[in-house]
Amino acid sequence: MAKNTESNVYTVLFATGMVLIVGTLLAFVSSSLKDKIAENKRIEKQQNILYAMGVNDNEEGSVNFVPKNKVAEEFSKYITKQFVITGMKAVEDNKAYLIDLKKEAAAAKDPNYKRRLPLFIGEKDNQEYYIIPVRGKGLWDAIWGYIALDKKLVIKGVYFDHAGETPGLGSNIKERFFMDDFEGEHIMNGDIFIGVTAAKGNADPKNLNKTDFKVDAIAGATITGDGLSAMLKKDLAMYIPYLKTLKQ
Amino acid sequence: MGLLSKKDAKLITDPLADNNPITIQVLGICSALAITAELKASIVMSLAVLFVLAMGNVVISLMRNIIPPKIRIIVQLIVVAALVIIVDLVLKAYAYELSKTLSVFVGLIITNCIIMGRFEAFALANGPWRSFLDGIGNALGYAIILIIVGFFRELLGSGTLLGFKVLGDSIEKTGVYAYGYENNGFMLLAPMALITLGIIIWVQRSRNEALIEDN
Repeated sequence: MAKNTESNVYTVLFATGMVLIVGTLLAFVSSSLKDKIAENKRIEKQQNILYAMGVNDNEEGSVNFVPKNKVAEEFSKYITKQFVITGMKAVEDNKAYLIDLKKEAAAAKDPNYKRRLPLFIGEKDNQEYYIIPVRGKGLWDAIWGYIALDKKLVIKGVYFDHAGETPGLGSNIKERFFMDDFEGEHIMNGDIFIGVTAAKGNADPKNLNKTDFKVDAIAGATITGDGLSAMLKKDLAMYIPYLKTLKQ
Repeated sequence: MGLLSKKDAKLITDPLADNNPITIQVLGICSALAITAELKASIVMSLAVLFVLAMGNVVISLMRNIIPPKIRIIVQLIVVAALVIIVDLVLKAYAYELSKTLSVFVGLIITNCIIMGRFEAFALANGPWRSFLDGIGNALGYAIILIIVGFFRELLGSGTLLGFKVLGDSIEKTGVYAYGYENNGFMLLAPMALITLGIIIWVQRSRNEALIEDN
């Protein structure tokens, strides 16, 4: 059977048919897997929050979260309270970790909108942690993370992640050698908020100076590092007024 | 190879050396530059391309007699994009950690010229089984080069392989660093990937007379 595949009618029909088939197929796959994907993301969030406060299965040099099947139990054990902060008011809400930072940031462009800031209080070995979610821009796509502070507002642990930074360069923000540098870094100079910058130049390669507000940047990932510094500065600053009241 | 006829076996072995998609056909250079700063990324990308190229070749080959020639490129693009999206969704649902490692590569696979190149040059003119073998062969040829480049870039650039510190600790000054060796940060940047690739092409051409062009 010789079909005239050159004809315009055939071409249009073929294109229409193909779009319908592929479209239906993708819609079907996407909607049937939606719940499972959302659940995976929820678990990941809990793992990330716990990771920042030091509840993880880390071994030498690698990043290991608490296992999936244990995460719910560990999360309710270590995260004692969750708050939603609006202005200077904080309301307890154990679904606070599900707040979508991207949507909040977009809504906050409207000056009348009161941005909701999630804050998690963790407790481990009799020490209290304030865990703050942050979100910003890297080179190609979004970057985000969780910062665990102690009562003196000194960083105790961080977790960073990204949607699409360059493998081997910007993607290294989620590697131990970078994240571990943040441990013990100060973000406050007395009463004034400074933040932490991923800085170039190798003046302090072993990161012994914890009050210089700097960690060693990743070579070849300048824009990712700048984005990360900006993210820390901007998002942490929003929490400082409220955290100061907790300190007293 | 008893399993494959001689002609079929050539489909797999040819792209590994004499007709390598990267070094001879000069396809897929973009991803070879972008993601070879570490070995792990090279391996993951190779596997992803292997899957998409083999599957895509089969699908295109099955459709080869009904695709209207006027819109064949768009049809090919839709097939790759659909395949990649489905794989991505399935991984997100059932192998979330793996999908996190792959996330960046998904977009890169769609734009990989090897895939469109093989659809155009082979799958449109050959049956599904041969197209499948051709896909595997070319993806392996691509993988070899990616892994070689990734190996040297990670070793010389970061002093590690798959994240293990094989040369010692550059900050604590152990291993070879104790003798004054330093990592070459330039290896991590894209230009050195191109130069590494150039060296591979040079070595390959100088050792194989069939590839030397007379001028």
